[in-house]
Amino acid sequence: MTLPDDLKYTKEHEWCRVKGNRAIIGITDHAQSSLGDIVYVELPEVGDLVKKGESFGVVESTKAVSELFAPVSGKVVEVNDPLSDAPETINEDPYEEGWMIQVEVSDEKELAELLDAAAYGKFIEEEQA
Amino acid sequence: MPLRTPLYDQHVQQGGRMVEFAGWEMPVQYAGILAEHEAVRTRVGLFDVSHMGEVVFRGPGALEAVQRLFTNDLSKCADGQAQYGCLCRESGGIVDDVVVYRRSAEDLLVCVNAGNRQKDFEWLRDHAAAGVPVENESDAWAQLALQGPKAAEVLQPLTGTRLSSVGTFRFVAGEVAGVPATIARTGYTGEDGFELFCRPDQAVRLWTALLQAGEAAGIAPCGLGARDSLRLEMAYRLYGSDMDDETTPLEAGLAWVVKLDKGEFIGRDALKRQKEQGVSRKLVGFVLTDAGIARHGYPVLQDGRPVGAVTSGTRSPTLGTSIGLAYVPPALAAEGSTFAVEIRGRPAAAKVVKTPFHDRRKP
Repeated sequence: MTLPDDLKYTKEHEWCRVKGNRAIIGITDHAQSSLGDIVYVELPEVGDLVKKGESFGVVESTKAVSELFAPVSGKVVEVNDPLSDAPETINEDPYEEGWMIQVEVSDEKELAELLDAAAYGKFIEEEQA
Repeated sequence: MPLRTPLYDQHVQQGGRMVEFAGWEMPVQYAGILAEHEAVRTRVGLFDVSHMGEVVFRGPGALEAVQRLFTNDLSKCADGQAQYGCLCRESGGIVDDVVVYRRSAEDLLVCVNAGNRQKDFEWLRDHAAAGVPVENESDAWAQLALQGPKAAEVLQPLTGTRLSSVGTFRFVAGEVAGVPATIARTGYTGEDGFELFCRPDQAVRLWTALLQAGEAAGIAPCGLGARDSLRLEMAYRLYGSDMDDETTPLEAGLAWVVKLDKGEFIGRDALKRQKEQGVSRKLVGFVLTDAGIARHGYPVLQDGRPVGAVTSGTRSPTLGTSIGLAYVPPALAAEGSTFAVEIRGRPAAAKVVKTPFHDRRKP
C-alpha cells in the first residue's frame, strides 16, 4: 500500500495534491484496492462547483457503486477525461495517471483540515482493526 | 457468526478477499473479478460452491414426491441426468430455483441456493408425500465448480472416468485425485465445466489437486464476484435478486422449466391461471445505450414514470457493455423495446435484447 508523503488525505480515502491554489484530486491506493476492478467512473464537468465533504462523482467496480467526496471546495478547472474510457487506470496508477479532477481551491483554510500521510496511514489501520 | 466452508483456510491463505454472502464467509475475489472472469471464459477457473445446499429424497416414491414439488418434469430426466427448475408455492411464487440430480427414481439430490438451505429443506420436508424420507445433507457435501473451455482437459488426467461420455447436465459417480466424487457436467457460468460433489473432509485435497493440475492451463481460483458477472452474461437468474417468493417462474422468464401438463405439482393451478390471463410483468435482458451501470433496485422508467425495476446489472467484462435484467410491463418486453433506467436521479436509455448476452459459440 503506497502513501506518498507529499499528498493530503481524507477519511473517505481521497487524496489531494496541492499546487498553489489548485488541488489535484483522486482516490488512494487503499481505496482502489478495496474497490477492486474499477469499470466505470462518473466525474463532474469543468466549471462545476464541488463542496468539501460532498459527492462529486462515483466510481463503480464490477460489484458496487462508491461515491467520491471532495476533499476541498472549489471550481473544477480540469477533468481527467481519458478515465471514462480507461477507468482501470485508477487501479493501475491511483496517484498519477489515475487522478480525477483539478479544483481551484476557494477556501485555503480547508487544506489544513486534511490528513497527512502518517495520520491517514494510522486511520486505515484503525479502520481495519 | 457467518458460516465457513471446508476451504475457508485455503481461501485466506491464497489471498481470497473474504466477504459475507447469504450467511457465509466466502471469497468475493482473488486476483480480481475481471481477471477471474476472463480465465473462465478463455481457460479455466475453480470455484468453491460448498455453501450450496443439498436435500436428498430417498426410497420408494421419491421421484413422485419431488415431481409434486418441482415445476420441471423429472419423468423426462434419465437416471444420471440433472434438471433445472423451480420449487413453487401454491401462489406460484418461487421458493427457490434448483437443480435436481436424478441418481435413480428412488434417490434424487436437490441442489439448493446457499441462502435457502433451511427454508428449502423445511419446505420440501413439510410438503413431501408421507413416508418419503427427506434429508438435509447440506453439511455432508462440499462442492467445487471447475469451469471453462479447458475444464475437461484439466480434469481428465485426475480421474478414471471418461469425461467425453459425460454429457451436459449428466453426472456419474467417480474418483478425482483419489477423492470419491460425483462428477456432474453442470455449472453457472455458461462455459463447459464440472461441478464436483465430495465429502467436506476431502475438499482441500480435491481443491489442491485441481489447482495443481490446472497450472499449465492457466487455472485461476475464482470468487463470487466472477461467478456473478459470468452468470449474468448468460442471463442466468439469481435467487434473491432476480426472483423471490413473490415472483413466479412465468414472470421470471422461466416458462421453459414449467411443465403444466406433466401432472399435479404445487403451484400448478396458479401458474396455469397466470398463463391463461397473462403476466403483468416480465423479466427481460437489456443493455444500456447511455453511459452508466444499472444496479439492483434502480427504477425502470417509461415517459418518466416508474414502471418496473432492475434486478441485476453490471458492466459485462466480455462484451464491454452495460447489461442487466429488469422486470418491465409486457408491452416493453419485446426485443428492441426501449425504456430508461434511473441512475442516481437521471434517466439512462436502455434497450431490450435477446439473452444470453454472451454466446459462447460466437466469441
